[in-house]
Amino acid sequence: MKSSEGDSPSVDASAAGDDEATGLPGFRTWRGVYVLVLASFVLWVVLLLALTISYS
Amino acid sequence: MNFLDFVVLISSMLAIAAYGAWHTRRHRNLNHYLRGDETVGWVTIGISVAATQASAITFISTPGQGYESGLDFVQNYFGMPLALILVAAVFLPIFRRLNVYTAYEYLGHRFDAKTRLLGAALFLVSRGLAAGITIYAPAIILSTVLGWRLDLTIILSGLLVIIYTVTGGSQAVTLTQKWQMAVIFGGMVAAFVILLIKLPTSLGDAFTVAGGFKKLDAVSFSFDVHRRYTFWTGVLGGLFLSLSYFGTDQSQVQRYLSGSSLRESRLGLMFNAVLKIPMQFFILLLGVMVFVFYQFEPPPVFFNQAAWHQAVQHDGDGKLRALQQQFAAAYARKEQLIYQWLEAKQAGDPQAEAQARAQALAALEQADGVRDEAKRVMQTDDPDVKSNDADYVFVTFILAHVPHGLIGLLIAAFFAAALQSKSAELSALGSTTTVDFYRHLLKREAGDAHYVRASKWFTFFWGLVALAFALFANLAENLIQAVNIVGSVFYGVVLALFLVAFFLKRVGGTAIFWAALAAQTLVFVLYFSLSISYLWYNFIGCAACVILSLMIQAALGPNRKSEPAAPAP
Repeated sequence: MKSSEGDSPSVDASAAGDDEATGLPGFRTWRGVYVLVLASFVLWVVLLLALTISYS
Repeated sequence: MNFLDFVVLISSMLAIAAYGAWHTRRHRNLNHYLRGDETVGWVTIGISVAATQASAITFISTPGQGYESGLDFVQNYFGMPLALILVAAVFLPIFRRLNVYTAYEYLGHRFDAKTRLLGAALFLVSRGLAAGITIYAPAIILSTVLGWRLDLTIILSGLLVIIYTVTGGSQAVTLTQKWQMAVIFGGMVAAFVILLIKLPTSLGDAFTVAGGFKKLDAVSFSFDVHRRYTFWTGVLGGLFLSLSYFGTDQSQVQRYLSGSSLRESRLGLMFNAVLKIPMQFFILLLGVMVFVFYQFEPPPVFFNQAAWHQAVQHDGDGKLRALQQQFAAAYARKEQLIYQWLEAKQAGDPQAEAQARAQALAALEQADGVRDEAKRVMQTDDPDVKSNDADYVFVTFILAHVPHGLIGLLIAAFFAAALQSKSAELSALGSTTTVDFYRHLLKREAGDAHYVRASKWFTFFWGLVALAFALFANLAENLIQAVNIVGSVFYGVVLALFLVAFFLKRVGGTAIFWAALAAQTLVFVLYFSLSISYLWYNFIGCAACVILSLMIQAALGPNRKSEPAAPAP
């Protein structure tokens, strides 16, 4: 069975899992993955904006 | 629908449900039942998270939204990538490290038992009240359009999802969602291809018509507070709502906790962060293309044809028939003007193009005016008739213009979407009831087999609650709104519980518990005394809970409990 309230492990979440490898080629850290995700969001906004302007 | 459509519909639905139930019929322990075998990869998690969020209404209503208002609804999802990054970076590592089954267990670790129960109770009340709607909403649309009995549609689709969710638990939900998404996207892509083939113009001209009629205005940086969807409301409001939904709603938390590792769960969330906006864009664009299609093919005056035919039958003074003739005349004139507009564009005559476009816009407004008048007459004759027929646009197009066989596949896709979100909800309700209430309060030391049985019974119970709610519900539009109101009334406080847990180390269990109760009471009082948009209660509940927790903690003095799971943001 899993842990319950009385025996909760000591956790410092500031280091929670950020050391784990991403396993993605070219992205050694999760910060890089998050930047990629945000970049894809910005790219989509730019493309949608271009569509809006082109056909308005 | 003909025999072939029914064969495709019934066989695909039963095959997926049987597959899920058969492959997961034996569960060794509670962990396996609630989280699967924890060998799930990121693609499956990503699909499962997307499937849980995407209900049948997503695939039925969103094209209708595109038809009516164009692409601007896509901005509603602009806050989601950032919210998912926050969940992946802050929420998920803590949930996994503490090895919790439910998000609310974390509240027990961070604060105390009473706060955990409060968080779980708020989830059960809000999600439990919403449970019926994911079966009811698509059932009312599909039964109306297809002429099926509403109660039988609800019971059959409801029992199907209860059987495989109870039998197979979380793993069955994940397994079936993968195939259900395959059916959904197969059907949607096929519908899009059929639509493009049937368009009488080139794709470029189709975009010209859509753009000229303001259906391709996807992004607006306007600060006009009366505009429902802008870049700003999407980023700010979307961030808030997505953080609540993905970070604290057990139906989503259970999906990404089934990953074989932190990496798989994180990548599953990032999969959604990248793909959600293009997916919604595609579905909205499908609706926009249906709009363009109906500029060259006469559309019905009112897309809910069952309601229209009933209204025409009782139209003693012939008003609706007269409006139908006016609509046909306005449509014919508009079609002629659109062809003139496209010819002027091809001839390279900007002046004639602008003139024809302005005339076509005026003709569109005239035709829409006739439609609005017809809706007004229908509502005058029968106040129970819903004037919003956008939900019926895509289904009407499918039944009238898609080949048989594919109709069955698309109707199967709508039911698959209903089942996939329903199964995740039922599984989450069953898990939370078992882990946070039954095991925590009533039966602490039983064996795993006992808890698996209990979880199955609780899932079955919530399935029956959902079925009963769907069967006794009526007035779909009001109900959908009511469920959204219920969600908004509770979501803010639940999110605040987690935000305080993560980011305000100084606040302890007693302070947050009483702050949450006070904030929830405040939201109830404001809801019954003010007439502001219900979306504001998300913000009010969250802000009130955070501020009150700080004030109460200050009054109580320093929090002495150690903070085993509090992160440094």
